Amino acid sequence: MRSIVLTKGVPDFSEGAVSFDEDGHLERGKTPTVMNPNDEFALQAALQTTVRHGGHVSGMSMGPPGYGEVLQEAMASVYTDDSYLLSDRELAASDTWATAITLSAGLETYQETVADIDLVFAGFKTADGETGQTGPQTCWAMEWPIVTHVIALDIDPDERTLRAKRLVEGDLDEIETVEAPLPCFVVTDPEFEPTYRTASHRLTHKALRSETEERAAEHDDHLTTWDHTDLNLDPDYIGLDGSPTIVSSVDPIPKAPSEREATMIDPHKGMSDVLETMQPYAAEAGE
Amino acid sequence: MTDDREHYEAVVVGCGPGGAAAAARLADHGVETLVLERGPEAGSKNVSGGLIYAEESAPYTLDDLFDGFREAATERPITDYYIHNVAGNSVKTYDLTDLHEHDTDWCDAVLRRDMDAWLETRVHEQTSETGGGVLTSVRVNGLLREHGEIVGVTCDELEPIEADLIVAADGVNSELARDAGLMDWAEPEEWFQGVKAVVDMAPDAIDDRFDIGPEEGTAHLFSGDLFEGVRGGGFLYTNADSLSIGTVFHLDSLVEQAAEPHELLDALLTHPLLAGWFKNEYHEREYAAKLVPDSKKVAHRRPYRDRLVLVGDAAGQMQAQGPIIKGMNHAVTAGALAADAFAATRGNADPAAPGRRYTELLDDSGTMAKLRPRRYDLARTIGERDAVTNAVERVLASPIGPLAVGNPIADRLLQRAYNSPFLVSMLPDTKTGYVSLPTLIAEAHGKTIHWESDIEPPTLEERIGDLTYDTDVGNPHIELRDESAEASGAAVTACPVSARDFGGGCYRTEAVKTNGTEETLVSLDTQPCVECGTCAIVADTEWEHPRGGKGVEYREG
Ligand SMILES: Cc1cc2nc3c(=O)[nH]c(=O)nc-3n(C[C@H](O)[C@H](O)[C@H](O)COP(=O)(O)OP(=O)(O)OC[C@H]3O[C@@H](n4cnc5c(N)ncnc54)[C@H](O)[C@@H]3O)c2cc1C
Ligand code: SF4
Repeated sequence: MRSIVLTKGVPDFSEGAVSFDEDGHLERGKTPTVMNPNDEFALQAALQTTVRHGGHVSGMSMGPPGYGEVLQEAMASVYTDDSYLLSDRELAASDTWATAITLSAGLETYQETVADIDLVFAGFKTADGETGQTGPQTCWAMEWPIVTHVIALDIDPDERTLRAKRLVEGDLDEIETVEAPLPCFVVTDPEFEPTYRTASHRLTHKALRSETEERAAEHDDHLTTWDHTDLNLDPDYIGLDGSPTIVSSVDPIPKAPSEREATMIDPHKGMSDVLETMQPYAAEAGE
Repeated sequence: MTDDREHYEAVVVGCGPGGAAAAARLADHGVETLVLERGPEAGSKNVSGGLIYAEESAPYTLDDLFDGFREAATERPITDYYIHNVAGNSVKTYDLTDLHEHDTDWCDAVLRRDMDAWLETRVHEQTSETGGGVLTSVRVNGLLREHGEIVGVTCDELEPIEADLIVAADGVNSELARDAGLMDWAEPEEWFQGVKAVVDMAPDAIDDRFDIGPEEGTAHLFSGDLFEGVRGGGFLYTNADSLSIGTVFHLDSLVEQAAEPHELLDALLTHPLLAGWFKNEYHEREYAAKLVPDSKKVAHRRPYRDRLVLVGDAAGQMQAQGPIIKGMNHAVTAGALAADAFAATRGNADPAAPGRRYTELLDDSGTMAKLRPRRYDLARTIGERDAVTNAVERVLASPIGPLAVGNPIADRLLQRAYNSPFLVSMLPDTKTGYVSLPTLIAEAHGKTIHWESDIEPPTLEERIGDLTYDTDVGNPHIELRDESAEASGAAVTACPVSARDFGGGCYRTEAVKTNGTEETLVSLDTQPCVECGTCAIVADTEWEHPRGGKGVEYREG
């Protein structure tokens, strides 16, 4: 199986160093970047696929040259065989649409110059202003099927199909099983859990984990960077120019009010006071 | 054999010294070997005193099997060895270096987390070469049988696995040995309980206070009246930058006296003799406990069934040679011999051929004779006959006792007797050897220590609080079958993390009133459990180890 995992850098909120420019665009260059925490589940799903069926996993990301570190983190923390960074000044300030066009160009270039892809994994949306649309939009551009909210995955390499358990409406109470042909997009849910129930799978997992950690230490040797010419992209359709969405302003999230109304109850009169106080509310609720 | 089941040539359960040796030797023979260890890392479940001996007469030692073992995985070589006979503040010390050096090529102090983790890495490298490897956080929960014959193992975390050879190196309270019907967990007198504290001490302070060089180490043993008459003794071993201090008692004696193991350890820690070494500084890194089998009574003479062989503590191969405790070295020997037996009988259609050969190798190498000395069997019949014991005790207690023990000739003879491996292996398990005689020796010949100890060891609550647990919430690994005080009350004191009048431990008693009569019932909370195995023997329980990776995690061991 040949898998691509789309990873995304997000500002490292923990360091509190997020900065925006005058137009309200996130200044990614000035903000330390880490891998989107939810991408871990996509990487886990790709690793599980490789453990069970063999194959190759490439990490792919779009962003400034510094995003190499995000791909390195993906390689070190879970697993990838190599990394592809789609990076070009022309790609700066892309919205999800332009990002999706660029990513799909990345996938097409990959198919043309590297190998045919069986599976594309993407993580669930993040908290940094991401809308959860990039995955589906990229997939739409590729004209491949997509399965979202995946919590468990089984692949039949001979039939070239996948069977996934997914949360309906993202809700843990309702789980459905779906089948899809390959190649296919898979968006993992944070509830995704890889399972390895045989010793040989666990041994393979352990071997792959130690290989990828070693590889990540020399990440530059495994990193390929593609710019818009490599990707055959017209600058008019990418980056800020190619972004139909304009973020007009970014508003701070208002804090929840911290005031509460408190009524003091005379402890000597005990519960009858409490009941009396609550009665009107209970009546209201009963109506 | 079922087609869709996984199969390995050999499955080794447990990655302590026994399992590590078996797996390394199997890999040497080119055998496809899978090692399953329930801890998140090898060593995280294990405790020993720990002096590991390389006996001159042993067919295998750890440094034979693992290049660079001593440099990488041990603390200090033990170059001095003493026993202190204690009566109150009176102490008479004998130099036991001769006994210690008898048949000893080398002997190093070890801490099990570091040692076993190092072994795990080596074993994984070696077994990977022959198509296997080590998996941690996997607990084997039983034997896989087909038509009544053992053909593999079942696990909490994995599908059943078949194997041509199954090595149960799963330590004391081996669930596999019990499942196979080879060992039972019935008699307290077949076990010791070891309790231990690892205490900080800077390397130069160790050199200075114990009068040793940086590449030297020392061992001190303690017996006499400091343990409330419970049969057993204490030890102190020097590590690189810490001390291992502990006690080992006969489990039946602990139960009879309803003694609290942590209090006995504290009695040793607060003895004035140790105050001289602590110099009022005491920081405990870890409190730990585990059962120890007594090979003299339980070493299985034919430790195999079908394709299953038992090695190390799982087979009861833990030798208490008088005060010297040898378990790790025998586990190593047994593990390697089991591997050799499999290699030698490969291709033999009889599944039990390796087990039979292994048994022969244990005998031919002299290992079984060390584990079950004939001398002891002979002496035991005398030693355990109460009449004789009582007679000896009466003599020691009479005016003649101090006279016999107390003259200068006796002093020299006694030191020599303690140093005789022959005499030491005959010591019967009576109070005489552990308590009465050492006390008399100390009274007659001892020097009185005039300083006091200011050391305050942590409380049980603090000790539990300092341990690391990954609790398997809602899935307790031990269930109490009988809540009555008669059946399970002994665990309240014998459990090393429980105590009378302590609500934060595993076992406690509650007075329950029913129909006007009051009854004392025992209750169990496994959260603070250190998986020592004691209550599997002394209480009426359904006892299992926690699932893979769950439960207590030792950092020192
Ligand atoms: C306080 C104390 C002091 C001691 N002092 C000494 C000493 O000074 N010198 C000495 O030589 N010996 C000493 N011993 C004894 C020594 O520790 C043991 O004899 C020795 O560890 C036995 O080795 P083993 O490989 O058989 O078992 P262990 O070392 O107990 O290893 C068993 C392994 O199996 C794993 N395991 C158990 N069950 C399962 C399962 N179901 N599935 C998967 N894995 C499992 C465990 O996690 C563990 O890693 C002492 C013991 C104690 C408690
Ligand atoms: S509950 Fe049992 S196994 Fe656990 S520490 Fe107490 S005696 Fe040992």
